[in-house]
Amino acid sequence: MLFKLAIAALSMVLGLGAQAQGTGGPDALIQKLSNEVIDTVKADAAIQAGDVGKIITLVDTKVMPHVNFQRMTASAIGRNWRDTTAEQKKRLEEEFKTLIVRTYAGALTQVKDQTVRLKPLRAAAGDTEVVVRTEVKGKGEPIQLDYRLEKDGSSWKIYDVNVLGVWLVDQYRSSFAQEIRGGGIDGLISKLAERNKAASKS
Amino acid sequence: MIQHRRQRLIAAATAVLLVWAGVARAQDDKDPLEGWNRAVFGFNEGLDKAVLKPVATGYKAVVPALVRTGVSNVFGNFNDGWSAINQLLQGKPAAAAHMTMRVATNTFFGIAGLFDVASDLGLERQQEDFGQTLGRWGLPAGPYIVWPLLGPSSLRDTAALPLDLSWRPAALSDDDNTRIGLTTLQLIDTRAGLLDATRMIDEIALDKYLFIRDGYLTRRRSLVYDGDPPELPESDANGKSPAAPR
Repeated sequence: MLFKLAIAALSMVLGLGAQAQGTGGPDALIQKLSNEVIDTVKADAAIQAGDVGKIITLVDTKVMPHVNFQRMTASAIGRNWRDTTAEQKKRLEEEFKTLIVRTYAGALTQVKDQTVRLKPLRAAAGDTEVVVRTEVKGKGEPIQLDYRLEKDGSSWKIYDVNVLGVWLVDQYRSSFAQEIRGGGIDGLISKLAERNKAASKS
Repeated sequence: MIQHRRQRLIAAATAVLLVWAGVARAQDDKDPLEGWNRAVFGFNEGLDKAVLKPVATGYKAVVPALVRTGVSNVFGNFNDGWSAINQLLQGKPAAAAHMTMRVATNTFFGIAGLFDVASDLGLERQQEDFGQTLGRWGLPAGPYIVWPLLGPSSLRDTAALPLDLSWRPAALSDDDNTRIGLTTLQLIDTRAGLLDATRMIDEIALDKYLFIRDGYLTRRRSLVYDGDPPELPESDANGKSPAAPR
């Protein structure tokens, strides 16, 4: 019990320490991004009505510059990434990105009166990989939304997202593995492309 | 009548627990029942497409939002009581007190739970059930199981199911028609709440069965740890985690 309390106290001190680092920290980045995206959606009737093209532009310009999408794709592919050609990697990244952005777009059309609240950061000063935990509060139960970030020079980049306790990369890992077992990397690429094409029509 | 039902529940729970000891230990892979599961999943999907989804869509189109929210709130408030009990069983008295306050607030000031005034006061819902309690007590999830009508589950959640299902407004009534009516309404309310989520899954899943299976198991594990589970060892490229999720 005492041990647990000590850990809790320690993590709070560390969390405060990291937050005190100033505006360049990973939590500050997430807070800024969340606010910007939510404010944009709230002010834009076309996005709320589900204008996917507009949402994709928003995500591409505001969010994507802060995401290491190559790392995200590589970890969803897992071990097979090493045997993937540069051309295949490029196509995988593109198709996977389209899939993810569509997911995100769907979620954004639901934004109404939400706010994002950051939970205390548990990270030491020298950490190069951290988890920023947030809660989306609107009507009803708060929605857990966490981010994994890595330090990239002087800035931070997102490389995984957790919605309601499920990490996105983990969520795709077994389906990717199944497609690769069945038809190799090219099989996975065409499956993703087919999925994206089907959804863009509907 | 009630006595009889209770005996049946206990018998079912015991049978499940007995099967468990064998299966949960012997299996390393998280989905040894994949053949059966996929078949039942297909059946459920068909039923959903033919009946449940159209009914839920119609319910959403016809019934005003205010009424639907009221229905959800009443069922939610009822369920919050069960969450409070489970928090107590999990040794979290502060959380249990919080949820009890929530139920009391919504029952009295929210007119029998019709309005969720507690959330506005900062008393937010933290949902718990007996499956999570068993997980908290250290019981592993065991293999993934898909049940007809009830959908995704694990061996652990199946064992908890008789108790979790007995905590429903419908279970209070001895009148068959009331019970069926309340169960149906609760089912439609739940399905209507999931319409957006399932539409999204249809669009982004490569293999819907796998997507829901992995999502369910991970989500449940996360809930057992109240949203902050310890990290699993890195999974290998075959998509099988070396450690069975707890």
